[in-house]
Amino acid sequence: MSKDEEGTGGKSRAVRARQRAIGRELRRMYDGVVNEPVPDEFLDLLRRIDEADAEKKKPS
Amino acid sequence: MTRTESHTMEDREPQAAPDFKTDLLALVPFLRAFARSLTGNYEAADDLVQETMVKAWQSRDTFEMGTNLKAWLFTILRNQFYSDRRRAWRQAPWDQDAAERMPGTSQDQNWAADLSDTTRALKLLPDEQREALILVGAGGFSYMDAAAIVKCNVGTVKSRVARARKALLAILDRQDSLPARERPTEGEAARDIMAQLDRLAPPQQAEGAAKRRTKGRVD
Repeated sequence: MSKDEEGTGGKSRAVRARQRAIGRELRRMYDGVVNEPVPDEFLDLLRRIDEADAEKKKPS
Repeated sequence: MTRTESHTMEDREPQAAPDFKTDLLALVPFLRAFARSLTGNYEAADDLVQETMVKAWQSRDTFEMGTNLKAWLFTILRNQFYSDRRRAWRQAPWDQDAAERMPGTSQDQNWAADLSDTTRALKLLPDEQREALILVGAGGFSYMDAAAIVKCNVGTVKSRVARARKALLAILDRQDSLPARERPTEGEAARDIMAQLDRLAPPQQAEGAAKRRTKGRVD
């Protein structure tokens, strides 16, 4: 059995293995959303913001 | 939703801050991921991101070039989330519509249409533990950046992340306490358990990963 910082018991090693598994699962969920294609409405929003700005700056 | 219009973004691009806008757009996927984790709901999350983009654009002059734009945007998004929720709470008793739109309370809370055990367990954590764990554990933020986003000190973030991890594990150990899920029949239960064991503690990987545990975003 290898020694590591939180003790040598099989139990703590099992707990850490599960903590890591949970960490991977969290990243999988988060990255899953990050990798989704961005809906057009976001690009559209920026365009509308631009237009609103241009409208405001327009000399009258 | 697709809205095609005859003109494109280039038509009337103002000189001011085209880079800011490009950067903002590039960070949308991350904002969506964080928003999804806060609201637990696809549509509420995307609404929140849109609100965030408008706020960010309006206050772009206050952003200090060269600092962390992602952290700055996450801060805005988080503030917006809590302020929307406070408003929804105040309206809830007499405004059923608002209550139904209230972020974080929708019936069909799902994260990336993902109904894994971890997803369900995550919903049971207190907000401050969940956000800390997501930022550090999934989003890859340093403790220091996460502390700036949630407005507390680094030690507090560390302890929240540690408590969140511990709590998640405890919840996953008591599957019964998870929100509504049909209890599997016996045969399914056995398969389910085996599948979970495989997923949670792959025997060979566990050893190797232990040695690498100081590296990476989380372990």
